[in-house]
Amino acid sequence: MITAKNLTKRYGEAFALDNVNFTIEAGESVALWGANGAGKTTTIRCLLGVHSFDGELMVNDVDVRRNSKKARRMMGYVPQEATFYDMSVLETLTFYARLKKTPLPRIDEVLAQVQLADHSRKHVNALSGGMKQRLALAVALLSDPPILILDEPTANLDVAAQRDFIHQIQALNRQGKTIIFSSHRFDEVMALASRVLVLDKGKLTLECPPPALVEKLGLQRWMRLWIPPEQRDSALQVLQSQGYAYRPNAHTVYVRIGDAGKVAPLRALESAQIIIEDFDLLDGELVPSEEV
Amino acid sequence: MFEFENVRIIAAKELRDSLRNRWFLIFTVAFAGLALALSAIGQSSGTQLRFSGYGRTAASLINLVLLFIPLIGLTLGATNLAGDRENGTLAYLLAQPVNHAEVILGKYLGMAASLFATITLGFGLAGVALALQGNSGDVGGYVATIVLAYLLALAMLSLGFFMAAFVKKTASALGGSLFVWLLLVFIGDLGIMGTAVVTQMPIEAVFFIAMLNPLQLFKVSSILTIQASLEVLGPVGVYATEQFGAALLPLATIGLLLWIIIPLIGALLLFTRQEKFVWS
Repeated sequence: MITAKNLTKRYGEAFALDNVNFTIEAGESVALWGANGAGKTTTIRCLLGVHSFDGELMVNDVDVRRNSKKARRMMGYVPQEATFYDMSVLETLTFYARLKKTPLPRIDEVLAQVQLADHSRKHVNALSGGMKQRLALAVALLSDPPILILDEPTANLDVAAQRDFIHQIQALNRQGKTIIFSSHRFDEVMALASRVLVLDKGKLTLECPPPALVEKLGLQRWMRLWIPPEQRDSALQVLQSQGYAYRPNAHTVYVRIGDAGKVAPLRALESAQIIIEDFDLLDGELVPSEEV
Repeated sequence: MFEFENVRIIAAKELRDSLRNRWFLIFTVAFAGLALALSAIGQSSGTQLRFSGYGRTAASLINLVLLFIPLIGLTLGATNLAGDRENGTLAYLLAQPVNHAEVILGKYLGMAASLFATITLGFGLAGVALALQGNSGDVGGYVATIVLAYLLALAMLSLGFFMAAFVKKTASALGGSLFVWLLLVFIGDLGIMGTAVVTQMPIEAVFFIAMLNPLQLFKVSSILTIQASLEVLGPVGVYATEQFGAALLPLATIGLLLWIIIPLIGALLLFTRQEKFVWS
């Protein structure tokens, strides 16, 4: 169990965290949600004991401030963009396994777990972004810690790599690991979190289950569609007739994703013979103005 | 709790990294080659010092050490730590179950081992060449010079670490270390000489100011290990010999030790307190 009491972090006069209180039970998957500068990463660094702070932070009865190294033994950390020394995958894992006092045969297990077994001889610089994140996850899992801490772990990954990574974290959570991750991707929070801690300017402003975010924060999900110019007017008519909120843009059309999910507007357009050249999701964006 | 095992693991990694570092290898080959060449030249020609065999070669190698070892030590220490901080590997390492002291000391000892390897290779090759030529003489003084070169390497590494705590970029660390190297090797000596001439500084003041420079401490102590007097350094050397006598060698060695310990502790304190710097 993790408890934070009056967790406060100051940089000079500025508060990065201001009297934050929370409890995270074993086996939970908790998202730290907020805009840039809200205090998500600072919270993670305090949890890891690499930042000094005021207040109390306990990880499984270990006082992080007094014994951060012992607390870190119970946590595996995956940064937003892991940077490794100039070594191969296997050498990297061997180095960190030794630091974590992990028996070396465990390396083969984690390599298989993160699907990097075929890449163990590769130099880390030869890995893709997704593979590097998986290597960071492998390092985090070496000592089989009960807690995983992830700082915007999919921020720099492509869509396929994001999906794979999220599936792996979901599986680890099902196996009983406590997951704490920061994100500003709504999809990620919906897929991974059982609870969300909303931070705003260093203050904990809300604790709720992920679906409640939409209602409580006035959060709306949008997708952007690329439609051929000659079909654009027809597409807007279809969206209007089906009751979708939309916003035409120079070369694209923004469509709000309602309760029916993101496939519904795509199907509506498809059944009207509208060609959708491409689309993407604007995760966690606040409601765009000039809604039609 | 401090774990020396973590220090050993990090040191081993640093040693391996240094041995894979192209620039470090070039430095090492250049140092070893010049050491070998100096031993050969020293045997075939006279020098201003009345040495033979090992003593003569040690005297030649002192100047080589004074040029090379500060350059390698300062640049290696400053750029390694600054580079790790700039590329994020230091922050990632500190997020593991290790503490600052283990990381800094591990890096320090690993790089020190690589510098020791360079010095040992240079002096070793020259020593073997002398032995093959049937030279004998002051082997003890030769070995003592090697040990003093180790101390100088440690002092330069400490200074490099300390400098790394003040710069954000690896390029700045490299620039800073080259400036300090110039300062210690050339500008320091010339500055003192110039100031002494212009201000007619008393000889004792010249001596004490010179002794603030770790390179001068190495020079004085290593000359004392291969001959009893500092006459070769001119009036300042004569003054030092007369004033301090047998105490000069231990005092100079203590001075070198202080140059090792103080900057290293300073670097550790600065890094421990610079969380925002490490985690930017």
